[in-house]
Amino acid sequence: MKITLHAWRQKDANSPGGMQTREVDGISKDMSFLEMLDKVNEDIINEGGEPIAFDHDCREGICGTCSMMINGQAHGPDGGTTTCQLHMRSFQDGDAIHIEPWRSRAFPVVRDLVVDRSSFDRIVQAGGFVSANTGGCQDANSQLVPKVSSDLAMDAAACIGCGACVASCPNGSAMLFVAAKIGHLANLPQGQPERYSRARSMVKQMDAEGFGACSNHYECEASCPKDIPVTFISDMNRDVLKASTCHSDK
Amino acid sequence: MSLGTHLKSSIGEKTLMAVTGVFLLLFVIGHMLGNLQVFVGPEYLNAYAAKLQSLGPLLWAIRLFLLGTMAAHIWAAARVVRRSVSARPVKYAMQKDLATNFAAKTMMVSGCLILVFVVYHILHFTSGNIDPIGAFAKAHISEDIDVYGMVIASFQHLPTTIIYSVAMVLLCMHISHGASSLVQTLGLLSCSEKCRDKIGPALAGFLLIGNLSIPLSIYFGCIS
Repeated sequence: MKITLHAWRQKDANSPGGMQTREVDGISKDMSFLEMLDKVNEDIINEGGEPIAFDHDCREGICGTCSMMINGQAHGPDGGTTTCQLHMRSFQDGDAIHIEPWRSRAFPVVRDLVVDRSSFDRIVQAGGFVSANTGGCQDANSQLVPKVSSDLAMDAAACIGCGACVASCPNGSAMLFVAAKIGHLANLPQGQPERYSRARSMVKQMDAEGFGACSNHYECEASCPKDIPVTFISDMNRDVLKASTCHSDK
Repeated sequence: MSLGTHLKSSIGEKTLMAVTGVFLLLFVIGHMLGNLQVFVGPEYLNAYAAKLQSLGPLLWAIRLFLLGTMAAHIWAAARVVRRSVSARPVKYAMQKDLATNFAAKTMMVSGCLILVFVVYHILHFTSGNIDPIGAFAKAHISEDIDVYGMVIASFQHLPTTIIYSVAMVLLCMHISHGASSLVQTLGLLSCSEKCRDKIGPALAGFLLIGNLSIPLSIYFGCIS
């Protein structure tokens, strides 16, 4: 396969960036998108240039590290897929492929396609956990969880924190990520004691990080590699409303 | 976090927008049902108008409530827009839409134009400051105001019919996204995503047919 690659190049957070075009030959349709980038980087290194920096880790679609906009879509044209699980057979010979980093104030560009997603970590640190300060493990099955609840919790827990929801949202909103993290624990008995303080703290941190507001475009749901539905956002809205009315700390 | 702080958070703004949206939507539906009496006959529409006028202080209470609701709706919208614009300082060179639609992307534009239309509509039919063909003045000659005659005369005038028809298309576009959005924001139909996505367009279609039927059937002479 032969492709024309337009990639965003930016030396560091403070330098101006721009799209750079490169003709790439000898691509197999069985390569993953990241393997294609590996080959491009090999060529660039052999020519004495600086390789294109991009984030990647597990390369099996579960870590959420690989992140880039491919032809205007987060994680590329395949639905329910991360960039590492996208294969070159999804493209045609001779295609032009545009790759850009996630664009968000809360995800500053580190270099080329690499962005700093620490803002997500800070949101989770603000409340996305269950406090268990003492004691050993309980017996399994001592706390019963209805099937519907455990299924919902698992659907939300599928979130790998890749940031595609923020990247694809026309408003740069992180609501789907935060709703998934809140919804995961809100559907389990272990999450109940801190349910409302958690919702309150996480949303407060989300706003402080500078993410945008949700106006229900549902681009997040469409681009989520784990197909997390926006109904979790409705649930989060209600928990936050309850947190600020019936379950106020002060 | 108090309710006041909540309203200034990203989720509070959405909730405020949705709740004010419910009241505005109810008003739009009620307004249309009242106006449809033009098809029943002059005596019905004129009696309805006289009844509204006779409410006195209650009418002003309703007007002030709607004004406050609209102001809150606009305030929430302005905050949502400001937050979203600042969230993405560098735009994409290429971005594809997978799920959104034209109505959702133009909410701010349609909203601003609807505001302009509301001001025009009040100056036209309520206060009479804008009276292109003298229909308002003519209807107010006698003690018993002839609202029916004013409406009929006004929509026999092509520019007025065009302005109202375009405004109704914009309003219904706004509602087609807005009504579905408020259902999602408030989590009213979380059991059925299909229902959530269809309620906005369905309501907008119903309002478009009802509201357009008045100026168009008058202009094309179906009622006179």
